[in-house]
Amino acid sequence: MNRYPLWIYILIGLALVLGFVYTLPNFFGEVPAVQVSPLKATLRADAALMGRVEDLVRKNNLAASGVFFDAASVKVRFADTDTQLKAKDLLQAQLGEDYVVALNLLSNSPRWLTAIGALPMYLGLDLRGGVYFLLQVDMKAALVKKVETFAGDIRGALRAKRVQYSGVARDGQAVTVRFRDRVMRDRGMEEIASGMPDLELKAQDDAGEFRIVATLKPDAQRKTQDFALQQNITTLRNRVNELGVAEPVIQQQGADRVVVQLPGVQDTAKAKDILGRTATLEVRMVDDENTSNPAAIQAALAGQVPFGDELYLERGNVPILVKKQVVLTGERINDAQPGFDSQTGEPAVFINLDGTGARVFQQLTRENVGRRMAILLFEKGKGEVVTAPVIRTEIPGGRVQISGRMTTQEARDISLLLRAGALAAPMEIVEERTVGPSLGAENIRIGFQSTWYGFTAIAVFMIAYYLLFGVFSVVALASNVLFLVALLSLLQATLTLPGMAGIALTIGMAIDANVLINERVREELRAGMTPQAAIHAGYDRAWGTILDSNITTLIAGLALFAFGSGPVKGFAVVLSLGILTSIFSAVMISRGMVNLYYGRRRRLDKVSIGQVWRPKAPAKG
Amino acid sequence: MEWFRIQRDIPFMRYALVFNVISLVTFLIAVGSLAVRGLNLGVDFTGGTVMEVAYREAADLSRIREAMARLGFGDASVQNFGTSRDVLVRLPVKQGVTSAKLSEIVLQELKKSDPAVEMRRVEFVGPQVGRELLENGALALLFVSLGIVGYLALRFEWKFGLATIVANLHDVVIIVGFFSVFQWEFSLPVLAAVLAILGYSVNESVVVFDRVREIFRNRRTRNWPVPQVLDHAITATMSRPIITHGSTQLMVLSLLIFGGETLYYFALALTIGILFGIYSSVLVASPIVMYLGVSREDLARPEPEKKAGEGGAVV
Repeated sequence: MNRYPLWIYILIGLALVLGFVYTLPNFFGEVPAVQVSPLKATLRADAALMGRVEDLVRKNNLAASGVFFDAASVKVRFADTDTQLKAKDLLQAQLGEDYVVALNLLSNSPRWLTAIGALPMYLGLDLRGGVYFLLQVDMKAALVKKVETFAGDIRGALRAKRVQYSGVARDGQAVTVRFRDRVMRDRGMEEIASGMPDLELKAQDDAGEFRIVATLKPDAQRKTQDFALQQNITTLRNRVNELGVAEPVIQQQGADRVVVQLPGVQDTAKAKDILGRTATLEVRMVDDENTSNPAAIQAALAGQVPFGDELYLERGNVPILVKKQVVLTGERINDAQPGFDSQTGEPAVFINLDGTGARVFQQLTRENVGRRMAILLFEKGKGEVVTAPVIRTEIPGGRVQISGRMTTQEARDISLLLRAGALAAPMEIVEERTVGPSLGAENIRIGFQSTWYGFTAIAVFMIAYYLLFGVFSVVALASNVLFLVALLSLLQATLTLPGMAGIALTIGMAIDANVLINERVREELRAGMTPQAAIHAGYDRAWGTILDSNITTLIAGLALFAFGSGPVKGFAVVLSLGILTSIFSAVMISRGMVNLYYGRRRRLDKVSIGQVWRPKAPAKG
Repeated sequence: MEWFRIQRDIPFMRYALVFNVISLVTFLIAVGSLAVRGLNLGVDFTGGTVMEVAYREAADLSRIREAMARLGFGDASVQNFGTSRDVLVRLPVKQGVTSAKLSEIVLQELKKSDPAVEMRRVEFVGPQVGRELLENGALALLFVSLGIVGYLALRFEWKFGLATIVANLHDVVIIVGFFSVFQWEFSLPVLAAVLAILGYSVNESVVVFDRVREIFRNRRTRNWPVPQVLDHAITATMSRPIITHGSTQLMVLSLLIFGGETLYYFALALTIGILFGIYSSVLVASPIVMYLGVSREDLARPEPEKKAGEGGAVV
């Protein structure tokens, strides 16, 4: 009666082998590596890049122990951190600024393991050290900014169509346009409605004044907010790339929040600084007289910059002299998109300025036709002239087109830079968790140590109390740990310190199933059953209870997963997975061993499950 | 080895009233303390900043307090964390001070008196996020309670489900009460521990009630009076909660001793939960079932989905 068919043994064996293989990568440890990832969308991490990196590594006599590439980056493994640091500097210098070169740790497991997707567990920030930020995007500000743009657009549109109005003003998230008479108001209504379908228009008349109150339609509001969030995520991603973090995580959380995780970042002050920084954009006039004079340029390069000017490099390293006076800043830019000139068909960037910006720009262009202006971008405290176009005509309405001597790619890059210069909406850090690397390593040690001691204590007790059945239980418990670690590695679920406590707690709870079984078997023996029947009845009758107890704990685990955040979520994942694996290991694996050992014997007089004590006067019943 | 050499059924139900009084008194103390003193909520829930800094030698707390006062954070709490070299600084939410800069300002000030100080950990939680975490915690508690009642109601009968959840919520109140009486810090991991224990402790009631059902269904024992049934069920199964909870406690003890400061209160909450869980899920839940007037008719109905080998057990 206590026999398993062959296929169950095969299933158990297979599960153990798989568990072992997927747990394996955790034992190989990690080696220092350098990760090269392209910054631009047009560059890809491919075999060509790998060849280039390999070449550079060889030329510089760096002892690399392996070069790989995956979808996003090329990775080079090194034997020690010294070589790694040296390689990082050399590669960064020789690959140029189109690539991010970051320090990373790579699993030291053999290639065949990586090939079948067996990776070490993914450690959370509290175990590997790093920074976690939760940023809240100020959506109200994004909407206000959008409405402000529309106020400018309405002014422009009405003026262009010669609709007379007496005033346009933004009030909260609404724009009020005032007219002197009903006819103009109605014409204005038509113009705005046909040109700006995103606006909800309402006519209001009182005390001899005719007004249109324009608000954003709910649909447009949603679009604006989505855009602001995506825009901010893009900006953050660009900035994080600068930090050279190997595996940054930047993702949306909820409707208006962004999570940024920077594993391994130690200089948190710098990280916060860069994330919080606004790359600034400035429009200034070019000092044409001096720039076109080679002698003045030479002098400036030598250090003698003409009074009132500053020396910058245009893209392509052409020196250019720019006036110190700032005409316009990037805050006035609402949007910048790449496109093509409608007449010449060459690539162009279309910039949309806000109301104030538009007025200033119109005045600037009116007064400076035929001269050059420069658009400068300041990042990392360093300025660069993005482009320096010639002003051909006066530009009203705040719609600026920059074209000439640009490739499609450059147009895209410039518009990204212009947009990224200012965040679409201000952001605020609402949660921060920083863990230093030394604390992370200590947390791993603590978690591992306490789990191991607890496991040993349980094993000693089980074997002392239940003898051979105790040994079976401990083996089942060990295989449970194996399955749990394998599953966590396979799913690449984030392991946190509470998660490690979860592994410990799961071990403590998983042994319960075996205690229930062993106690039940003893009880059946006490009641006078034969050993074979007692084993059978013990496993059978304990099963219902095991299922009940695990389901209730699983309910708790799922609730924690649904409502928990951060490290607690890690705990919930481990708890829930551990319950599932424990049902399999505590019941199937221990039963398999019992069946294998006892099941084949015809005559079984005694089982090694510890003392079966019988009361002298049998209890009633 | 056999630790449970019990000759005859222990008359637990005769002392039901005693257990009720014990439970009621601890429960009232817990509720009273929660009402009067409240909980020492951690930064996760209140919002604020926590910084852990490490010194080379034993840290001079009074000098750190002075440094904090110089910065205008007179209300900062400064205490040792684990060892005498590690210090935990807690700052309440400050209006108008940008949180991101706060930790750097503090570190700079601390470096003035001892350049060897090292920032080990910073946690900042905005007040809005703190409120959300608290709300989510309450939701999780509600969800777990409802889930368990629902499951037990399906599995048994409403009287058992109700008795079990009363017993286990009584545990939750007592654990939280301990944190209130001793003003231990109640953080997110502690909440996780409380919820995990809620799911875990239910088991013992389930074991006893499973046995009660077996006895009611057994032809020989079905006509026993209810208190005798409960006494017998508890006595027959009492080795189980003690051994299972004992072995889980071995692990939790290891976390308590070796788990460091971060896991200390987590393990402590588990310990209280495990100890009270053994007591309450058996000795609180069973009398409640008795008072609710459970009878053979509630359980002995023939159940079509009965599992093989479950009915007609001989004990």
